[in-house]
Amino acid sequence: MSLDPVLLSRLQFVWVIAWHILLPAFTVGSASYIAVLEALHFGTSRPVYLRLSMFWTKIFAVCFGMGVVSGIVMPFQFGTNWSRYADATAGVLSPLFAYEGLTAFFLEAAFLGVLLFGRRLVPAWAHLVSAVMVAAGTLFSSFWILAANSWMQTPAGYAMVDGRFVSIDWWQVIFSPSFPYRLAHTVVGFYITTAFVVLGVGAMMVRGRRFMDEARTMMSMALSLLIVLVPLQIFIGDQHGLNTLEYQPAKLAAIEAHWTKEARMPLALFAIPDEANERNDFAIEVPLLGSLILTHHIDGVVPGLKDFPRDQRPPVAIPFFAFRIMVGLGLLMLAEVVVGWVLRLRGLLFETAWFLRLCEWSSPVGFIAVLAGWTTTEVGRQPWTVYGLLRTADSVSPSLTGADVLLSLLGYMVVYLVMFPTGYVLMRRLVRRGFAEIDIGEPPVASGRPVRPVEALPGSHGGSGE
Amino acid sequence: MTGAVLDFVPIWTLLLGLAVFFYVLLDGFDLGVGILYRLAPDRPSRDLIMNSIAPIWDGNETWLVFGGLGLLGAFPLAFAIIIPAVYFPILVMLLALIFRGVAFEFRYRDAEHMTFWDHAFTWGSTIATFAQGIVLGAFIQGFHVQGRVFAGSSFDCFTPFSLFTGIGLVFGYGLLGAGWLVLKTEGELQSLAREQGRWCFAGVLIAILVVSVWTPLVDANIAHRWFSWPNVAFLAPVPVITALVAWLEWRALRGASEVGPFLGAVALFVLSFIGIAISLWPMIVPHHFTLWQAASPDRTQAFLLVGTLFLLPVILMYSGWSYWVFRGKVRADIGYH
Repeated sequence: MSLDPVLLSRLQFVWVIAWHILLPAFTVGSASYIAVLEALHFGTSRPVYLRLSMFWTKIFAVCFGMGVVSGIVMPFQFGTNWSRYADATAGVLSPLFAYEGLTAFFLEAAFLGVLLFGRRLVPAWAHLVSAVMVAAGTLFSSFWILAANSWMQTPAGYAMVDGRFVSIDWWQVIFSPSFPYRLAHTVVGFYITTAFVVLGVGAMMVRGRRFMDEARTMMSMALSLLIVLVPLQIFIGDQHGLNTLEYQPAKLAAIEAHWTKEARMPLALFAIPDEANERNDFAIEVPLLGSLILTHHIDGVVPGLKDFPRDQRPPVAIPFFAFRIMVGLGLLMLAEVVVGWVLRLRGLLFETAWFLRLCEWSSPVGFIAVLAGWTTTEVGRQPWTVYGLLRTADSVSPSLTGADVLLSLLGYMVVYLVMFPTGYVLMRRLVRRGFAEIDIGEPPVASGRPVRPVEALPGSHGGSGE
Repeated sequence: MTGAVLDFVPIWTLLLGLAVFFYVLLDGFDLGVGILYRLAPDRPSRDLIMNSIAPIWDGNETWLVFGGLGLLGAFPLAFAIIIPAVYFPILVMLLALIFRGVAFEFRYRDAEHMTFWDHAFTWGSTIATFAQGIVLGAFIQGFHVQGRVFAGSSFDCFTPFSLFTGIGLVFGYGLLGAGWLVLKTEGELQSLAREQGRWCFAGVLIAILVVSVWTPLVDANIAHRWFSWPNVAFLAPVPVITALVAWLEWRALRGASEVGPFLGAVALFVLSFIGIAISLWPMIVPHHFTLWQAASPDRTQAFLLVGTLFLLPVILMYSGWSYWVFRGKVRADIGYH
């Protein structure tokens, strides 16, 4: 068997980015959550917010450290394994990546130090500003990376010179057709991911009757965010789908495992796509629903995979199933959040053991949905790195042998399999310990707002909104 | 904006040179601290040494990302040739940086495996530095290029010369790290750092001398550039100043100065940097492509420059502020752990 450097380089990229994306999926949301908690504490001086902030900051720090080191790996992948892609696209994409470094990484890194270590060294307002800057950094980072990714999906504002891309309009490059949808869909997805983690951790503590004050606040805040964001996310996802139909029809056809162009298309709930014979086996379909969802019209025409030459079609089964996992989880999340609100309005939220257990079990649901969504969009882009213009097979570094890439892939596998499970175990340990070791101690220097003793009494101000 | 009237290449060369230099200086000292970490006598001193860089290391490492992306942005052809050519040193560097980076948190959180993470920190720092030194040596030697791509093998970069520059850089970063520790610690720990600094200094001196003799021997172009008249007269100040700085650094390490050892180490790095620059200018892929040939389109360089010129001073300002917050001798009690 010969080792294919293209396939191995793809596997390596999948490996390093799939692990990496789990971290922003959580740190983008938790940085904002910490900033909100710090602001609430700054505004109200209620110690529960400070204790919550300190608790989540510890977990954030473990995550962020892993995010930094696994993130540094990413830009180097373009050079080590995808040098022809780098050479061809640098004229357009490199400023986007560089601006991510300039606007996000430096901001996060500099203010994270103050956020973690500086509480007693700087005035309270400066500490709050640091928390806000870290959160802003994570959002700027999402902006630029998704701008670059969107350009690869729906390229715009470019010209080709000697086989290389040059920009002719930076506005069009950054705000390429799929970018607004992708940015909104991803960032909201990250916030939802974090909120389900916070909800689950809160539920675990409520179920164990520990740290009730903090745990109730966590659950209430998470549910309040989720009842807005989960329906919003379903709406944004739908809009993103319309955009994909317009700009990446082959991807959309693969997502739906749809072979023949037709109007009044049924929706396949389940099927086993057979790529060799261009048909689906064991299909379970709902008539008309496909056209209705994809085009918002019952007579809408949806393209089929047969419209595209075989060498321009993405794999079908992977995006088909990944998409169904993502949407299915989205609907389950919606159900859970609605049930949570019904219980909350009846005053039963903290008493209903089965629901608390459900929240606990569903805390990783956002991560799975993010990975499924990312798989859908990236595998759906194949066989291209730049959609319709640059093939993945023509993007790889020509000097690499299969053995080279196998060796490096094994290296990444071993190291990531040490780092990520360890990080997970350590974060779980922090969660189990809860607030036992959170000592808010003396008020921070120069804050000018000492904590009033009456507010430090547990239970004196209950879960907010209850 | 049309770039036709303006040549951005010299500006980008300067900016990229600055980014690489900031990286070498800043991550250099915290990697150096990591290299020396294993020589610390006990746990309290290890805690203290770790605390001296914990709030700032990841800002320092960010310059690596900016250096890499700046190369991609301004000189993409060089990026596309050099990075695959040093495939394995880059891989080893990244994996080592992962171990050392997570050790900052994991060491505290995973107390029963603290020894493991102590090793991960110090060996990660050492190996990452060694790998960077190999990249440097391979870069000076040049690569096998055909057309616009690297055409050699992924193992070409491992030569006696590049292995030697790898070892040299370990001593170099060690010297920067020792200088930092002299600055940030007191008492016994400080005297220990001075002593380690002297050993590293000896290593650095040998490395500079050997590389200065070896480079013109492996590269006839560089030999010609250094020793032909009148170049030799213009370049003579570089070795003379280096000798002077080396003498001052030795005195600082033996004396009582707290900032001297760090500043001396920085000055030695500046001079080595200048030495490499005058040997290779104007090539960015030695023997093959000049900075101008490897440059990205004017529009790309211009677009990136507008933001960079605005953002870089801002970055320097707030990074400076975060250093200022943690100024003075390192304290044992600032952790949030």
